[in-house]
Amino acid sequence: MERRGPGPVPVRMTVNGVTYELTVPPRRTLLDALREDLGLTGAKRVCDEGTCGACTVSLDGQAVYSCLVLAVECEGRTVETVEGLIRDGELHPVQEAFIEHDAAQCGFCTPGQIMALKALLDQNPRASLEDIRQTVAGNLCRCGAYPKIIAAGLTAAGVVAARAAAKAPEDGGAGA
Amino acid sequence: MPELRKTVVEIEGRLHEEYVVVDGEDLPAWPEDRVLSRVGQPLPRVDARAKVTGTARFTHDIQLPGMLHARILRSPHPHARLRRIDVSGALAVPGVLAVLTHENVPELGWPGRPLFDTVLRYQGAEVAAVVAVDEAAATDALDKISVEYEPLPFVVDLEAAVEPDAPRVYPEGNVSADEASVYVRGDTDQGFAEADVVVEANFRTAAQLHNCFETHGSVCSWDGGRLTVWDSTQHVFGVRKTLAQAFGLPMHDVRVIKQFMGGGFGSKGGTGRYTVIAALLARQTGRPVKLLLDRREENLATGHRHNTLQYIKLGARSDGTLTAIYHQVFAGVGAWGWVAPVGGPARELYRCPNVKTEEYAVCLNLGPDSAFRAPGYVEGTVALEGAMDDLAVALGMDPIELRLRNYADTNQPRNLPYSGKGLREAYRIGAELMGWHLRETTGYLPRKRTILATLGGGGNHSPEGEQPPAGPGGVEDLVCWPGTQPEDLPPHRRRGLGMASQIWGGGGGPPAHAEVRVNPDATVTVATGTQDIGTGTRTVLAQVAAEELSIPVEHVRVLLGDTEAGPYGPISAGSLTVASVGPAVRAAAADARRQLVELAASLLDAKVEELILKDGRVEVAGSPERGIALRELTARLGNFMVTGHGSRGPNPEDVAVHTFGAQFAEVEVDLETGAVEVTRIVAVHDSGRIINPLTTSSQVEGGVIQGLGFALSEERAVDPQTGRVLSADLENYRIPTALDVPIIDHVMVPGADLAANNLGAKGVGEPPIIPTAAAVANAVYDALGIRPTDLPLTRPRVLAAIKRLEEAAQAVEAGAESGKEQAGEGGTR
Repeated sequence: MERRGPGPVPVRMTVNGVTYELTVPPRRTLLDALREDLGLTGAKRVCDEGTCGACTVSLDGQAVYSCLVLAVECEGRTVETVEGLIRDGELHPVQEAFIEHDAAQCGFCTPGQIMALKALLDQNPRASLEDIRQTVAGNLCRCGAYPKIIAAGLTAAGVVAARAAAKAPEDGGAGA
Repeated sequence: MPELRKTVVEIEGRLHEEYVVVDGEDLPAWPEDRVLSRVGQPLPRVDARAKVTGTARFTHDIQLPGMLHARILRSPHPHARLRRIDVSGALAVPGVLAVLTHENVPELGWPGRPLFDTVLRYQGAEVAAVVAVDEAAATDALDKISVEYEPLPFVVDLEAAVEPDAPRVYPEGNVSADEASVYVRGDTDQGFAEADVVVEANFRTAAQLHNCFETHGSVCSWDGGRLTVWDSTQHVFGVRKTLAQAFGLPMHDVRVIKQFMGGGFGSKGGTGRYTVIAALLARQTGRPVKLLLDRREENLATGHRHNTLQYIKLGARSDGTLTAIYHQVFAGVGAWGWVAPVGGPARELYRCPNVKTEEYAVCLNLGPDSAFRAPGYVEGTVALEGAMDDLAVALGMDPIELRLRNYADTNQPRNLPYSGKGLREAYRIGAELMGWHLRETTGYLPRKRTILATLGGGGNHSPEGEQPPAGPGGVEDLVCWPGTQPEDLPPHRRRGLGMASQIWGGGGGPPAHAEVRVNPDATVTVATGTQDIGTGTRTVLAQVAAEELSIPVEHVRVLLGDTEAGPYGPISAGSLTVASVGPAVRAAAADARRQLVELAASLLDAKVEELILKDGRVEVAGSPERGIALRELTARLGNFMVTGHGSRGPNPEDVAVHTFGAQFAEVEVDLETGAVEVTRIVAVHDSGRIINPLTTSSQVEGGVIQGLGFALSEERAVDPQTGRVLSADLENYRIPTALDVPIIDHVMVPGADLAANNLGAKGVGEPPIIPTAAAVANAVYDALGIRPTDLPLTRPRVLAAIKRLEEAAQAVEAGAESGKEQAGEGGTR
């Protein structure tokens, strides 16, 4: 009789503000759980081994390659995907900037690029050009949209910084 | 009366004759001075929101009820005979429904090679396919298929494969001289005899892998006898035709859909073997089947830009006038495939009465090749423009001056003048932006190069001849003083400037058709069977329709990428979409406009010729009070669509339509590490009227960046011992990252090509990748004073060139010493 591993296990995770209970085989990646089990196909499978960044999502606020995270590791954790960025019909500044700058050509790496930049701006509302370049260095783009991705990142960083300044005027650009 | 006419259409360097139905005169192109309000605007893409919100549905994202998943087992060997295959283990895996092999694959009208063969000619050749309830089960089952292979001798190296005793991919040999593509104009022997200066050079370029981010794949679903396929393809109508043939179906029973695609770059032009396999498995199981390749399969089995071995020889008079060009090309096509027109630039770019090009396909035990963005011209431009710089050095001429001296006003193979050629302007603009004149005035990078030495035996591989090469030839490298370097550079770095020219087609042609449907609310649907492969086609076509109908672009929706959405549209390749489908859309919009104006004429009691349609109103010219809003007009018609039809007219007979451009590169080379850093690219291209400057700039930047990959880092690495591909993943195959991108300045040469088509526009998808690598290689030559002839310019290759440079310097020094001695001896006599 062939040896068999453990069967599917239940996992509870919050994705884009909704809590789901999934039953997934232990080997299923977060990427596949999002795409196959939840129908959230924004994150893309390109290399499936942590090289390209097209599957980038936010896990507890950190940008991660979802192809390198197992779904079972996400018990009790919070995931945000590109589908969750839209708020009351309004796009996130990174999304707006991608449209304005034509930062998406074929669009396949785009959700990953956006999630990587969004995580950067969440953590550092005053991100510099170099921060942006280093952030998207982990997200490959075969169409070569890089100049416009970086330009979009800069524009979005400006919007986010302005909003942060407006929210906390007492900080007065102290870089808190 | 409609009449059938023949017209010549150029796609990717090859001419085809097409029949076209001509019914009346085509619209004249908008004149140069016409103020256009939608065309020419840098509008964001109409589908950008779908892409940034993750709602754009790619083939990978299609999920259907009851859908199964298939995977393909592929040969691990470069060459093997399949002795025995046992699939019982796979069938025992829970969730597996069926396994296909050569033993049980049904007979099809599939025109391609057998889906599963018993002689496997490359690593990645199809051995079996499994269909299961999910991908994991299908993947598990692949491991349970037991296969006995008999490994056969293989050949994976291009230079080895042309040797007569090389292992053979097919019994008849690896190179067929009978199938060579040979072009002759004039008499090259005479041309070289007339030359004052002759230069010759060898070049190697590597196999470039497309690495489409969305791997090739299909979802196939049968509904009774009808087949619906979601396919990551550049040509929905092409796939429909082949699948109808394969399955013996009437064409109207096959529907092919491609809404969004994660890159194709030429590799998704045909019908995939995986598509046919998925359709077979779907038919067999009665359920939809999804078959997506993984990254390794993508890199082993879906095509590549063929690697090349090129020999080029130029002859010129002392004033720089070319007297002869000879260009010989050996292209590693893989297990089967085609030779792209690598000799195209040599045949067309410069005025020269005596030209001969020879292009040979060389079979290798590697995956079959396919088109890759400007196939052939990227590789051929490296050789031609490299040799032109050698010639400039040999003549002591400025490279641009040499190119202008040989400027061609006509397409010489067709003996037709060009409809428009902005190359002279591209040189001027590019030189100015790059500061080319600084080569003269700053003291570094002197305009006239001093030849230090000629070196024999370097990078030699293919002497001239009718037959495949028999061994190293006598090509010598020119070595020159690199000149004084700017003071801001550390001593271990050298800076160089280089440039290269671009010629390509991009004129498009028929057949291409479109419908423009005006809805009761005056919104407009453009329907056409073309596809948007990430280039911005939806947006550009919406702009064209909005311009012709004088309505906002937001009121236009473009339906494409579906054989049932609109009339025939051509393959998205050859930079032909804007110039082929765009004019059809404009014609359809004009037809709808004519009908709307006629309807308005009866309502307004006016003559048709008095009426104009402008900014959403039809009114009597000069009396705006006698008018009606378009929306009011369409609403009065009831729930009914005014439908305009349009098609692309024939190409002009008396001119050849081409795109042109020039790129300039500034590089810094590290003499210690061999690293080449491209610090700046200036790209100037002439593609006629630009419909959307924003999406055009994306195309230019993207082309340049892919060209930089080809120049510097992208190379399919193959282990000579095992014949296996070592770089079938994105870790080892190095596409450019965001940190590798230099400053890219780009300009489109202004002006429309009024003879080309009714838009005055030509394609821009491929031109920008063509001259990048050549310009970079020429800049490295400029920096070092010696030319590394093998691309990509990786550190080991550049270091090898630097070593040869040092050897040459030592030899010259030694020569100078012995010369001194000789002079001294002479003095004593």
